Amino acid sequence: MDKRRLEEAVMKGLMVASTALILAVLLLILLTIFIRGAKAMSWSMITQTPRGGFYLGKEGGILNAIVGSFYLATGSTGLAFLLAVPVVLYLNVFCRRGCRTAAVIRFLLDVLWGVPSIVFGAFGFILMLTVGLKASLLGGIVTVALLVLPIMCRAMDEVVRMVPSELLESSYAVGATRFQTAVKVVLRQSSGGILTAVLIAFGRGIGDAASVLFTAGFSDQIPQSLMRPAATLPLAIFFQIGTPFPQVQERAYAAALILTAIVLAASLLSRRLSRRWSRHSIR
Amino acid sequence: MPLKRSDFSLKTDKVAGKIMAVLAWLSGLIVVAIAAGLFIKSLPILKSQSLGTLLFSSSWFPLRGQFGFLPFIMGSLWVTGTAMLLAVPLCLLTAIYLAEYAPRLVREGVRPLIDLLAGIPSVVYGLWGILVVVPWVQQAAKWFNAATTGYCVLSAAIVLAVMIFPVIIHMTVEILRAVPWEYREASLSLGATHWQTTKKVVLRKAFPGILAAVVLGLARAFGETMAVLMVAGNVARSPASVWDPAYPLPALIANNYGEMMSIPLYDSAMMLGCLILLGIVLVFNILAKLVLMKAQKALQ
Repeated sequence: MDKRRLEEAVMKGLMVASTALILAVLLLILLTIFIRGAKAMSWSMITQTPRGGFYLGKEGGILNAIVGSFYLATGSTGLAFLLAVPVVLYLNVFCRRGCRTAAVIRFLLDVLWGVPSIVFGAFGFILMLTVGLKASLLGGIVTVALLVLPIMCRAMDEVVRMVPSELLESSYAVGATRFQTAVKVVLRQSSGGILTAVLIAFGRGIGDAASVLFTAGFSDQIPQSLMRPAATLPLAIFFQIGTPFPQVQERAYAAALILTAIVLAASLLSRRLSRRWSRHSIR
Repeated sequence: MPLKRSDFSLKTDKVAGKIMAVLAWLSGLIVVAIAAGLFIKSLPILKSQSLGTLLFSSSWFPLRGQFGFLPFIMGSLWVTGTAMLLAVPLCLLTAIYLAEYAPRLVREGVRPLIDLLAGIPSVVYGLWGILVVVPWVQQAAKWFNAATTGYCVLSAAIVLAVMIFPVIIHMTVEILRAVPWEYREASLSLGATHWQTTKKVVLRKAFPGILAAVVLGLARAFGETMAVLMVAGNVARSPASVWDPAYPLPALIANNYGEMMSIPLYDSAMMLGCLILLGIVLVFNILAKLVLMKAQKALQ
């Protein structure tokens, strides 16, 4: 009897301890990034592009990476969105529930989700070689769009699947076609969840480094066209932490702070918005 | 004429359905295209050397045309294996606590925080590794009388373990909560303690699902690039202990994109590296997915 209680207490103690440890690690990471980044932060850091090269230091900040990352993440999220919406509507409205095709496509998308981002980078590189494209914003956008496509599809699929079938049926009953139902009923009903999916994809796209390493390149300037290479925040961190100059490393810390803040903001915002937008949907 | 209009919308419906079907299949087949593309690009090196030599030779001299992937595969195995040893016990304990023991308020407060961990970009983890984990490991090595720069298997494993916490915990909690309450009630009413119930009923019932969660975490760790690249040390030799530097496969690929076009067969070797990585990760992922589907059926 006593032994059972003891085992219970010991195991519970271990569980609480490991939960506390994991939360402590999360806190430690955020504190490290924020404190170190705040020290490196200055007005010129976010308003100027680097002078004298991103690797060698001198004056200037990381504006090139901030703008480049925004271009890249916005472009790739937009591109993935254009593809994900029809795919998800097809899976949920045009396929009957429990149909084989939908199951196979969902499985393939899940598998695509598991592909490491460095492999996306290599694939994007192959694609660019095939069409004769050099490292550029466009190459980066296409590659990251492929990377976030399965994430976006899955997140959207989860909310669109929740649309009650009675709603579809009442739409059909008044004479709407499947396409009309998909666009006018299903999309509107799940708009909150779709926005969440977009924000999740944006957060993932802006933070990924391995896929843009081959494809978007790096540049000290703000890209003026889709064919120019673009700097990104993750690569700014990666390259600048590797220099021997403390001054340049400061830029890596600042970039990490900005990137983490953007990603956390996107994640928190997505949670907020999905609640607010779903207020008008029919349950 | 109303008839014509409905005719038009029916036609639109048909065309739209076809276009959407094509798009859906195209996005599904991206993964096949990736595998095919990598395979075609790695054909030149597969033709020049046998797969056995490539996989099991440890002489890596691209300039002499020798591409033995063994040190990198071993590096990946060491780093991933150590990370799993660190992560799995902690994750399971935390997941069991959150699913079975924690009061509702704690559970609903902690789970979003852990999911937040999943959103942090991998370079940021790498930066944290350089700033915190590497110096810490260097200090810790002194207690064990081991010499290390801190850029070693253990540092990479710690960073990786933290990165896969949310993957394993999130799934395991969901699987544990899917076990019907009646099982617990039956066990508790027989006089079993809470832990006995968890251990002998809930965990046993959820075992396949938990295994799948762990395998998914493993696949994620195996393919992780940037964070590992930043702290693993990157020396092309198979590590002999956790204090040695390692050079995992993804780090190799990321590090050599610059010069790979200037040495013959080098680019092909890199693409083969990607293909090996993709193959291993996909096998893990598909296995986990199949186990999960079976487990879900068993629970219903």
